[in-house]
Amino acid sequence: MLPSRRRWLVATGLLTPTGLWLGVFLIAPLALVVQFSFATRDTGVARAVLPWTTHAYATALDPAFLPIFGRTLAYAGLTTLFCLLLGFPLAWFIARHGGRYRTALLAAVLVPFWSSYLARVYAWKALLDGEGLVNRLLAGVGLDRPGGFLLTDGAVVLGLTYGFLPFMVLPLYVACERFDHRQVEASYDLGHGRVSTFARVVLPGLLPGVLAGSLLVLVPAAGDFVTPRLLGGVDQSTFGSVIDDQFRGGNNWPLGSAMAVLLLVLVVVALALRGRRGEDVL
Amino acid sequence: MNRRPWLLGGVAGLVLLFLYAPVAWLAVVSFNDSRSLSRITGLSTRWYAELLGDARVLEALGLTLRLAAASAAVATAIGTLAAFGLRRAFPGRGLWTLLLGLPLVVPEVVLGVALLGFCVKLAGIPLGFGALLAAHVAFSLSFVVVVVRARIAGMDPRLEEAAADLGASPPVAFRTVTLPLVAPAVAAGAAFAFLLSFDDVVTSSYLTGVGSTTLPVHVYAQASKRGVSPEIVALSTVLVAVSAALLIAGVLVASRRARASTFVEPNRDQ
Repeated sequence: MLPSRRRWLVATGLLTPTGLWLGVFLIAPLALVVQFSFATRDTGVARAVLPWTTHAYATALDPAFLPIFGRTLAYAGLTTLFCLLLGFPLAWFIARHGGRYRTALLAAVLVPFWSSYLARVYAWKALLDGEGLVNRLLAGVGLDRPGGFLLTDGAVVLGLTYGFLPFMVLPLYVACERFDHRQVEASYDLGHGRVSTFARVVLPGLLPGVLAGSLLVLVPAAGDFVTPRLLGGVDQSTFGSVIDDQFRGGNNWPLGSAMAVLLLVLVVVALALRGRRGEDVL
Repeated sequence: MNRRPWLLGGVAGLVLLFLYAPVAWLAVVSFNDSRSLSRITGLSTRWYAELLGDARVLEALGLTLRLAAASAAVATAIGTLAAFGLRRAFPGRGLWTLLLGLPLVVPEVVLGVALLGFCVKLAGIPLGFGALLAAHVAFSLSFVVVVVRARIAGMDPRLEEAAADLGASPPVAFRTVTLPLVAPAVAAGAAFAFLLSFDDVVTSSYLTGVGSTTLPVHVYAQASKRGVSPEIVALSTVLVAVSAALLIAGVLVASRRARASTFVEPNRDQ
């Protein structure tokens, strides 16, 4: 047997269990969602039946849903931005100055996430409400707000940022660890200042990690409905919560499926924009 | 840079504080004597006592732990194989990489509703443990592959070549050289997969069956009616305390081992 053919056989053999699992439990279900999205709504048990129609897409793209689309994108975008701003100093510090405690510090980032996701969201809820700690502390300097900070867009973005920060820190850490720091010294030696060095040397060097982390935060933040529901008000419904409503409450599976397909299209567009540069980390 | 990084360290410390503040607050209110999560009215351990007496929560916790263990085991086993499969270039590697990237970018709500439709309408899989396992392995597999693949890529190929030169057969070289080098990443991938499964609400909320509710889904159902009960806060505090204790123990063991051994971790600078 040719060596290259043998190599192909070995690799494919090793990948087959994963391929089967993802084929059956990811690809097939996603294909089914695409099929549902072209079906007709049925109020009975079947929930999505023939004949084929694009009715669900017409409903999903109705201008009435536009503000929800916009709000979802704003939440996800701001969450990604804040995760980057908070995650970068932490990842850089652990990678550059963590010494032999690097692994431990990285694990320490994950420790709070052993508590229940909902308990963490409720912790924020308790901290942010009218008589919560944040408001009482702010009252000391006269900055408190009657009713606290719950049910605001800011509370939702804060909750999402908190929830997805580790997904930013881990890929950023990998990128920071791989980054050759001598490049920074070279840049200083060549007369560049701190800002210029950061923009021309550090940022391009960390780009794969930045892109991978952004994607890992942006996507779940766009699909999450638990945090917006608990920290935002009734008016803070997002794409994820509308999809959830169609499957759980409204029983409009075709509409929910069409919206899920649109969300997937959004993700594919984000992936295409990312290009191939983030690949070696993700 | 030879300056001490005080400013950077300060900012990193603040970010860690941000990560720990809500959890610390949870620890404080778990000893509150009223149901309020925002105001301390007095101290008591009643929520810990109620937690121990709550059969439904403990049952859900047991199921969640079993599910997380099973999911992490399956995902780690087949994900590690896949990571080794992707080690060298072969026709189709790009396509496989694309497939493995997919679970990372499919929003959980989409995966949840897709699997709900698949199990109920197409495959006839009853909702419950099996459906949950299918979903959890599907979304944690890629994390295992990413972590293990990164370690394999950072490994010095000369170590395996040296083993071969010294007369080790490929299986022996794999067992005595490759595997010990990759093991930390496999363990990290398994821990990651366990945590992802253990804490999942969104996808799981579509797939739990009667009598097989995971802890996060149980809490979500309860919380949407009357808020998170202080019992759950007590339980979260216990879980964080246990994981923090494991982390500290791990650091102590690792630093003792580092002192006892003169080995330098291979290829640190790549």
